[in-house]
Amino acid sequence: MTDPAPLIAVTNLIKQFGRFAALRGVSAEFSAGKLYAILGDNGAGKTTLLRTLAGLTRPTSGQVSILGAGKFHDICHQVGYMAHPSLLYDEMSGMENLEYFARLYGVTDQARCAFVIRAVGLDPDLARPVGQYSQGMRQRMSLARALLNDPKILLLDEPFSNVDLHSAAEMVQLLARARDQDKTVFIVTHQASLLEGAADEFVWMEFGRIVARTRELKR
Amino acid sequence: MKKAFPILGIVTALLLSYALYLALVWAPTEKTMGDVQRIFYYHVPSAWTAFILFFVNFGASVYYLIKRCQTADIVALVAAEVGVVFCTVVLVTGPIWARPVWGIWWTWDMRLTSTLVLWLIYVSYLFLRRFSSSGETPVLAAALAVLGALCVPFVYFSIWFFRTQHPQPVMGGGGSIDPRMLHVLLINWLAFSCFAFLVCWSRFRLEKLQRDVDEAHAMESLRDTQGSRK
Amino acid sequence: MTAPTGITRFTLLKDLRLEWRSKDAINSMLFFSLLVVVVFSFSFDPTAEESRQIAGGLVWVAFLFAAVVALNQTWARELRNQVLDAYRVSPAPANSLFVAKVLGNFIFVSVLEALMTPLFIAFYRLRALGPAWQLLLVAALGTWALVVNGTFFAAMSLRTRSREIMLPLLLFPIAIPALLAMVQATASILTGETSARFWLVLLATYDLVFTTVCLLLFETVLNAE
Repeated sequence: MTDPAPLIAVTNLIKQFGRFAALRGVSAEFSAGKLYAILGDNGAGKTTLLRTLAGLTRPTSGQVSILGAGKFHDICHQVGYMAHPSLLYDEMSGMENLEYFARLYGVTDQARCAFVIRAVGLDPDLARPVGQYSQGMRQRMSLARALLNDPKILLLDEPFSNVDLHSAAEMVQLLARARDQDKTVFIVTHQASLLEGAADEFVWMEFGRIVARTRELKR
Repeated sequence: MKKAFPILGIVTALLLSYALYLALVWAPTEKTMGDVQRIFYYHVPSAWTAFILFFVNFGASVYYLIKRCQTADIVALVAAEVGVVFCTVVLVTGPIWARPVWGIWWTWDMRLTSTLVLWLIYVSYLFLRRFSSSGETPVLAAALAVLGALCVPFVYFSIWFFRTQHPQPVMGGGGSIDPRMLHVLLINWLAFSCFAFLVCWSRFRLEKLQRDVDEAHAMESLRDTQGSRK
Repeated sequence: MTAPTGITRFTLLKDLRLEWRSKDAINSMLFFSLLVVVVFSFSFDPTAEESRQIAGGLVWVAFLFAAVVALNQTWARELRNQVLDAYRVSPAPANSLFVAKVLGNFIFVSVLEALMTPLFIAFYRLRALGPAWQLLLVAALGTWALVVNGTFFAAMSLRTRSREIMLPLLLFPIAIPALLAMVQATASILTGETSARFWLVLLATYDLVFTTVCLLLFETVLNAE
């Protein structure tokens, strides 16, 4: 049922913050071309898991293997990351932001920036600084930033937080299309209902462990 | 290991008492400064001890940056703390010595000034350790320790040249030293070093214990399937 | 992939552009610089000969204050929306970001110095009796010393409580040898009594050593948990 070579494999991940253990031995494998919804209460370890996958947090112990590499930096150009803060400069327009971040990935093509902005349903010519966007627009622009380098893996942490339903639905459709193009998408969210029908698998976390993995939004 | 600590404690106590006797009684009285000069036997060994401890801090920090070993981090912390204490002793005994001899509390003499800057650097190190959040402290502190240690030669060089341009009374006296005084000095240094080692060891155990407790707490919550008791 | 220098250049241009657009920081910094000079002038009202002796110290302390205020702003924009996470996740080398920030700060602080200097010259009736061109060298080397360490410590203080006080707290002790050199070199040149060569060499060595070490350690500090 699972592909022979898992795209992402984590083995016995433990992450301690002082006396608090955010991840308590997470072991799992994830395959390519799937959309995973990671659900759970606050403090369950969802964000910590995602940040560990994104190389932003080093685990106290355990192994992470992404695209066959043990170190995130080796494959970082194939990963797109998005979080609840926009990771954008409030003072620049959407296009300016994307042009800058594109440079970090070695993408100098302006057309690519315009393309992803349109793909998330925004206007590339909008000169308004991102700081004046609505939350929905900001999250969509942040998603555009994550898509700039055409990553194989998308790691999204609460992308729909405070986003209006229309924008959220559009984002879900976009992500489902990405999954159809054989990208792997991880979405940490509290709004599981948005992903019903789009997600291939729901990963349930509780107190730093994965407690269930289901096909449907039911445990 | 457990037995060694009290034995070393007794040895240190004996050494310190002997060194005290030597410094205050046995050592010959200095010609020009009189008995006040005896503070020299506390001032100088403290400086040497502080210096060694700061060097240990540097070594441990570099090791930590390479190996990320927790023991190295604790050694760095301990060395810095005890080093600052000894450095403070130098800065306090300096004025105490200067006042009766030269009539001033502070001379911007080369060694004293350099020690002051050293003290400032390592106190700022301790502030960083206190003010950063626990996960990041070892790495940040180690980076600062490296920068601080590299700064030390510059401190000495710049102040040395500054003093040659603007000379001031030199404390500690230059020139040759009476062999009996040298003997007392070295014994005192040995006693101070043992004492420093004892304090460091004690502090190391304390810190290690604290960290082990934290880890045990985290481990306990790892095993805890309900995980609600936090 | 874009060459690291390309990323540095692009980041620097972005920062300069944003600074120019907002003008917040620039305006407040300019006014602050003026205030500093005026306050110092009230505090120290020396004769022309005395002022040449102490001007080195005054000027550099004033520059130091201005530098600290500028340095505290270094990462302010990146902090607002956790932009540093986006940077860390990208293939861009951390050092490119560091160099861009240092250069940006260098330009910024140099502008402030350039504005404060005429005021000092006027208020203290300063005139260099030694080789005046060396003052430019002192300014460049000295500013670089403050800015390279300052940017590094600003990044460190991001991870601490009391961020704004941590920066000067960490910077000042380590900057002391460089400050001594800047002050003494300036005094030498203004009074013309001694050669500033030793201090210039010391500053240059200091800059070299600390730039190298900061470059080696920045990535570690950026990625500290």
